[in-house]
Amino acid sequence: MNTANALATAATTTLPLRMALTWVLAILALGVAGLARPNSIRLVARTLFAVGALACLGLAVLALGFLLRSQTPEVLILPLGLPDLPFHVRLDTLSAFFLLVLGLVGAGISSFSAGYFRAGEGTAPGLMGLHYHVFLASMGLVMLANDAYLFMVAWETMALSSFFLVVTQHRRGEIRKAGFLYLLMAHLGALCILFCFGLLHGGHWQFTFDAMRAARLAPAAASWTFVLALAGFGAKAGLVPFHVWLPEAHPAAPSPVSAMMSGLMLSTAAYGMVRVTFDLLQGRFWQWGLAMLAVGLFSALYGAIFAGVQTDMKRLLAYSSIENMGIVFSALGLALLFASSNMPLLAALALTAALIHTLNHALFKSLLFLATGSVMHATRQRSLGKLGGLIGRMPWVAGLALLGTLAIAGLPPLNGFVSEWLLLQSFLFTASLPHAFINMLVPLGAAVLALTLALAAYVMVKFYGIVFLGQPRESSLLEAHDANWVERAGLGWLGLACLLIGIMPQLALRLAAPVTAGLVGASVSLDGAFGWIAPVAAQQAAYNGLVLFVGILAIFGVTFLLVRLLAHGRLRRAAAWDCGYRWQTPRMQDSAEGFGQPIRHIFGPFFRMRRHLPAPEDPAPRYEVVIEDRLWRLFYAPLGRAVDWLADAVGVLQSGRLSIYLLFSFATLLLLLVFVL
Amino acid sequence: MRTLERPFPGTDTALNILAACLLLISFAMLSRRRTQRLVTLLAWQGMVLFVSTLLVAHSSGRVEMYYSAALTLLLKVIVLPLILHYLINRLGAQWDTETLVNIPAVMLAGLVLVIFAFGLAQPVSVLATTITRHTLGIALAVILLSFLMMITRRKAITQVIGFLAMENGLFFAATSTTYGMPMIIELGIALDVLVGVFILGIFFFQIREQFDSLDLHHLEALKED
Amino acid sequence: MTPAALLRQLAQIILALALAPLFAGWIAQCRAWLQNRSAPPLTQPYRMLRKLFAKEVVLADNASPLFRATPYVLFGTMVLAAAIIPSLLTDLPFARVVDAIALIGAFATARVFLSLAAMDIGTAFGTLGARREMMIGFLAEPALLMVFFNAFLLFGSTAFPNLVERYTRHPSLLDPSVLFSAIAFVMVLLAENARIPIDNPATHLELTMVHEAMLLEYSARHLALAEWASSLKLYNYVCIGFALFLPWGIASSTQHGLWVLPVSLAALVCKLLLAGGVLVTIETLSAKLRVFRAPEFLAMAFLLAVLGLLVHLLLGAA
Repeated sequence: MNTANALATAATTTLPLRMALTWVLAILALGVAGLARPNSIRLVARTLFAVGALACLGLAVLALGFLLRSQTPEVLILPLGLPDLPFHVRLDTLSAFFLLVLGLVGAGISSFSAGYFRAGEGTAPGLMGLHYHVFLASMGLVMLANDAYLFMVAWETMALSSFFLVVTQHRRGEIRKAGFLYLLMAHLGALCILFCFGLLHGGHWQFTFDAMRAARLAPAAASWTFVLALAGFGAKAGLVPFHVWLPEAHPAAPSPVSAMMSGLMLSTAAYGMVRVTFDLLQGRFWQWGLAMLAVGLFSALYGAIFAGVQTDMKRLLAYSSIENMGIVFSALGLALLFASSNMPLLAALALTAALIHTLNHALFKSLLFLATGSVMHATRQRSLGKLGGLIGRMPWVAGLALLGTLAIAGLPPLNGFVSEWLLLQSFLFTASLPHAFINMLVPLGAAVLALTLALAAYVMVKFYGIVFLGQPRESSLLEAHDANWVERAGLGWLGLACLLIGIMPQLALRLAAPVTAGLVGASVSLDGAFGWIAPVAAQQAAYNGLVLFVGILAIFGVTFLLVRLLAHGRLRRAAAWDCGYRWQTPRMQDSAEGFGQPIRHIFGPFFRMRRHLPAPEDPAPRYEVVIEDRLWRLFYAPLGRAVDWLADAVGVLQSGRLSIYLLFSFATLLLLLVFVL
Repeated sequence: MRTLERPFPGTDTALNILAACLLLISFAMLSRRRTQRLVTLLAWQGMVLFVSTLLVAHSSGRVEMYYSAALTLLLKVIVLPLILHYLINRLGAQWDTETLVNIPAVMLAGLVLVIFAFGLAQPVSVLATTITRHTLGIALAVILLSFLMMITRRKAITQVIGFLAMENGLFFAATSTTYGMPMIIELGIALDVLVGVFILGIFFFQIREQFDSLDLHHLEALKED
Repeated sequence: MTPAALLRQLAQIILALALAPLFAGWIAQCRAWLQNRSAPPLTQPYRMLRKLFAKEVVLADNASPLFRATPYVLFGTMVLAAAIIPSLLTDLPFARVVDAIALIGAFATARVFLSLAAMDIGTAFGTLGARREMMIGFLAEPALLMVFFNAFLLFGSTAFPNLVERYTRHPSLLDPSVLFSAIAFVMVLLAENARIPIDNPATHLELTMVHEAMLLEYSARHLALAEWASSLKLYNYVCIGFALFLPWGIASSTQHGLWVLPVSLAALVCKLLLAGGVLVTIETLSAKLRVFRAPEFLAMAFLLAVLGLLVHLLLGAA
């Protein structure tokens, strides 16, 4: 992209960009407004969050308009920032796509939050509203930033505000611990990104993205940049081995915040990765693609396996986020592989899969996290072992969560299936890659992906079946109540989007097309009948979500009518039969541990498992199994010990006497003077 | 290498399919637990080798290949399996329930070995000019897989079967790259294998007499500390 | 989409609905013969369906709408699958828009709904069955996907009509990898349809059940739909096998005329008779595996399918 050219177009029209900035600032202002009466639930939650939902909607509409209409990048220099280093902002198709995700999902979450927050839960609502809206606005700024300074400022603001949200209930020890771990990993990741930008300027010390795009890095420097970016954004996305914070931090936050972190903040990691590798580095080497593919696939499988053995519903969803981000990153890796082998059409296909999966994940994951929020409000439980049978008591939440569950399990005709279908299609074409060795490895990759997708369905059946179906495992669940209508609106919005993208996938493809056209110079073919997607050629593969949906409805309806007409409708309610066994208690159902048992059995080597089995004569038998992450011991524990050791070594300097400390400073000063002069 | 006349148009396809069968049998051997099944599979492997040698003989028009095929049929399909069945029945070693590593993991390792073998064979098979050159990778994979089987089993008799399967792989590699070894070498190897199996059979009886079992971990006790 | 095409589509669906119980009956007959028992009549499954439709539904007290909707979902997805898979002819408008990957998705939908319904009542056997079904599913599904991947590499399409037409036109494409795929596919077929090495369709012992355990709480018309759906599922799987490995006799879109359909129907019936015999032989010769061995069996199917892919790429590319 030619800078002068971009500036010239900027002079003519920057209205959408200005409006996007206005919306972001409006969201920020909402947060500040809450401080006027910080303890008023009515003002902060019921009003400001609702207005925030509208602001998000405005942002989404704006981004939608930009993607469908103008599509030319717009840049602007803000009268803000450091002296001589003003902030640059830019709106192009890539940022518009992610702003759309932000707006669409943010609207659902904010609307849910308007009904969710109650008095007397942790931090004062005003403060919480401030953090929440700062979080939301900083994500918007990340996507609009056009120089490394603004990007890093927004990125760190995002990390800090979300940290404060995670530790909302800071009186509990494990939440403080989770928050600390999160902060640590977020900063390590940010450090990597900072270094990455440090390499990207290519010796010109110009930190605008336009300058970085123009700088052609040497291969070695470019590769280092890529590795740093993968580490930095991978840490934010929760890729293995930087995933440890995610299952701790996401569940610790209140549910709308978990939804935002899982659905939206992880998307910013995908955004950053696409921005750096495809836009700034122009995706040059196939080795990068292979590395990203491997990391992504391993994370996906790892996340799915660990999700299968969780017993806490929010942790289960958090691990499933790792899985989904792994899928997104593997799609990005595949796109990089194709792009560097000069196959723009296939690169566009894989990139489209990545983008749409990011959007889908944001939708269904936030839907499910919000549903767990409703469940927790209604039951005060988050352990799977103490839930069950909620479908009878909370039909709305259960119904919408079913939609999310089916979508995340990748079942047609919902949206999860669309992105998985696209990704599998792009895997199919890897046999045409020009590298013989990759040709051999990629089928293995496809196999891992297939296994992951199938495991995801297992995990989601476990989640839904144990929380919502069966008999209530605790008597207190009988008093559970459904979500209020504001919450239902938020859930319904997200569910509707899941369904809509599922049955009309070409809508999502149309949104992704300008993005891929800008990044890899091609886009997936969009012609064909309504509801029809045929990414490469119709005789190779085509999918029509609408026909499938209508077909299913028709078959379903005809069957129902025929059965009703031909057979009688007599029905009698009775106790469950269960092979004539009389003493049915809720405790005889599979627990979460029980349902995950096959996964523990099959994927044993992945875990470190400690198990306590009851003895036959034990009067109070107890079964307990603790699953630990092997990587924690292999990777983090030694690292922690090394840091401790280093700290001890430095601690030698600490003597407690002021004059010694002054001596250190003095010596440092002398040394520096010697060096400088 | 002289140019070939091709009597059947589908010879190379047929050979590819036979090679795939060979690989399939190797994987089947990795996954089986019963010793007698292993011997049957070994006989089948010999049969596939026989057919493929016959095909190569026919298409290359070399007379000595026919002898080689006949030898394969006699030794690998008839004599050795009979000896092994006899040994198993006499020793009562029908079962080999315990593998050292679980079977899917072994199969996964086998898969990696296949990729490795193909990667290794790629440059060589480009040089070769025989119609069977594509199958060198498979021959190499069969050898490595048999080795893997020997590593992961505990009973002495399965190790011998692994050894014989490895020899089959070598034989296939020879036919696929250079139309077989010179006749004299082949005869020598055949004799070696036969004598080897006899000697090992005698060993088995000795081992069993000594330890009352054919489990190889008893041999660990022989180590001097 | 012309009316004629729609009619053909409908004809194939109705044929599948009619043949699926007959095929189940044929299998029961073959099995009885092989086991030296006197065989039930071929139409036994029909009689069972009629009887079940006439009965009164007894529903557990805490059954949710999900539980009541599931039989219809099962039946619907299986009918949908029967509409996609070219068993009689390839000129199916539905099959052009719903490809093999979407078919796997449809099967997965059926499985997820059945498992959820089994967990709905909250009985010990139901959840046990659901857990086992999902375990089998998550290993069998990728194996099936790999089989389709292999077909794509051979024939360059994931849409069934194209697969079949290209296969029948170029039988020289018979590739060594097909051998691996075929074995993997048969293993998946046995596992997914609750056949013998994994599950026993005729078992009365609850602890060893997988598929039957999930249907324990169903009765009358719900049970009838579920049973019909499972016979359709077997029929569908067998037809996928025909489409992928024995596509001869399926009428292609270029063939016209009245004589085509009877010929392809005759071919289909012959293949079904043969397939039933082969299936029963496999089932009679093998013993049911312990549940813990099932993952091993399926992992083997999965690895064989992947191996097929590798063999194709490497033998073909060298």
